[in-house]
Amino acid sequence: MSSKKIAIRVDDLTVAYNYKPVLWDIDLTIPEGVLMAIVGPNGAGKSTLIKSILGIIDPIAGSVTIYDKPYAKQRKLVAYVPQKGSVDWDFPTTALDVVMMGTYGKLGWIKRPGQKEKKASLEALEKVGMLPFKNRQISQLSGGQQQRVFLARALVQNAAIYFMDEPFQGVDATTEIAIINILKELRKAGKTVVVVHHDLQTVPEYFDWVTFLNVKKIATGPVKDIFNDDNLTKTYGINYKVAVNQ
Amino acid sequence: MSLPQIEIQLIAAIVAIACAIPGVFLVLRKMALISDAISHSILPGIVIGFFLTEDLNSPWLILLAAVTGVITVVLVEAIQKTGLVKEDTAIGLVFPALFSIGVILIAKNANDVHLDVDAVLLGELAFAPFDRLMVAGTDIGPKSLWVMGIILSITIGLLIAFFKELKVSTFDAGLSSALGFSPVVLHYGLMSVSSVTVVGAFDAVGAVLVVALMIAPAATAYLLTSDLKKMLGLSILFGVSSAIAGYWVAHLLDASISGSMTTVLGVVFLMVYLFAPNKGLIAVMYRQKQQRTEVSLLTFLLHLNNHTEESERHINHLNEHINWQRVRSQTVLDLAQKNNMITITDSIVTLTSKGKEFTDLALEYIITNKDEKIEHMKDNFFLFRG
Repeated sequence: MSSKKIAIRVDDLTVAYNYKPVLWDIDLTIPEGVLMAIVGPNGAGKSTLIKSILGIIDPIAGSVTIYDKPYAKQRKLVAYVPQKGSVDWDFPTTALDVVMMGTYGKLGWIKRPGQKEKKASLEALEKVGMLPFKNRQISQLSGGQQQRVFLARALVQNAAIYFMDEPFQGVDATTEIAIINILKELRKAGKTVVVVHHDLQTVPEYFDWVTFLNVKKIATGPVKDIFNDDNLTKTYGINYKVAVNQ
Repeated sequence: MSLPQIEIQLIAAIVAIACAIPGVFLVLRKMALISDAISHSILPGIVIGFFLTEDLNSPWLILLAAVTGVITVVLVEAIQKTGLVKEDTAIGLVFPALFSIGVILIAKNANDVHLDVDAVLLGELAFAPFDRLMVAGTDIGPKSLWVMGIILSITIGLLIAFFKELKVSTFDAGLSSALGFSPVVLHYGLMSVSSVTVVGAFDAVGAVLVVALMIAPAATAYLLTSDLKKMLGLSILFGVSSAIAGYWVAHLLDASISGSMTTVLGVVFLMVYLFAPNKGLIAVMYRQKQQRTEVSLLTFLLHLNNHTEESERHINHLNEHINWQRVRSQTVLDLAQKNNMITITDSIVTLTSKGKEFTDLALEYIITNKDEKIEHMKDNFFLFRG
């Protein structure tokens, strides 16, 4: 493990809303090439952790580096899939147009997407099986299809690190399998994938790395070493035996 | 048409376009009320600016008033951030406070200021052609035409330059921030443009009606399209046509121009709200009625599918057993026959092979919710369009 590069390093990160800490003194190192789940109860600060790594929320203390540099200098290495519910799906736009938004980061200010960006976006739609729906208005898509469009938008960024906030929320079983297969492909290609995840039962099957979070960091490491009753109990505060024994 | 008439319509059209563009983004960002707040709270900025410059069209006055507009937004957000009150309450607290300061300033200095509250609220487009812009002794047209023309050019320039940034930050602020397009910068950029536009349009249409020019065209266009560029185009079209139609209504009725323009905007919105092909009230009601009939059709076909005995397939049986009224039974029978799903011989209904296939596919879709096999059925039946 020691030979592996560190993709993401979080040092002493503290985040507060209205002076009430939601993340407290988080230290976290995520090695390159892992498929990692962040698990913890509601209000544990899982989404907040991702958002502060991405500079969407300003922490009150601590620092974050992506491959040893601040995030602002490494934007192009990172793709982000927010929670599906965080946007207005009645927005007047099509599936293809949403995926094209993933190309905006590399374009920078003012410059507009052209044929190259369109081609890449169509390929990404194809990869998630949404090509037939490219011109569909986004409100006309099912929940699972919307999530696939979001995934395509991240794929088109062609990043080294992917952050996903609950990609399996409100999707059917077929879509869940399709998404996890794509995430596993990304890992195989050497990418680092960080996923906020709710379903503890699927952690050992889907992921090889896990972080337990509940305002403070409880544990982080390989699933086979640390995904156990002890850490689950520490994180969720109740005697937890369901997930691991299955 | 006389020259002043043409000039008035030209000013009205330019004001309408300049308002429609930021209006689209305000509506999509669910910030329509903010334009109301800005249009009122810039009053103290205008009054103070007027004291200093003695000219309602001075660029300094416009900038000063626009700054007041941005201050409004900052104050609303600051109050909202305390978490003690919600956004609508914060808006309701801020703009009357600022507006009343403006009203008091006008009242205190009413004697030596050519500015009254009526003109501020309603504007007076009819007088716009009389205030000319002179350059080196030559008359180059009404001042407000130039002021709004410049504001509109800047707005269009910014829209073209930052269209993609505005789109992504409006749709998904989180992604926009992660990609490096600061939503805060774009938000205040949009607020500044809105404020400047409101101040410029203020003179022509007043504080109350400028809100209508920003929000109504965008709200109307929203009902008609699912493409942001088309929404912008339609908003401009609705704004301009309502403004010009409103002018002629005012001309005919000898009424307030700004009042007539707003009335036309309202009527256009109402028409689209009723008759829009997909999102309109009538289309929605028609769709719901059709869906009800289609559900009945499916129930009926399923019944035929399950019962081969003749007693269960007699036409009168529909009324007795399935418990439908005569009209509904007839509608369902007609629909089924039109689609060749049933045949009727001696009042006995028989399912055709096409009807059987339709029933099986529809049932499978309802159970599995997979729509690959029923794509061809979507065109004729609302039921399968999700």
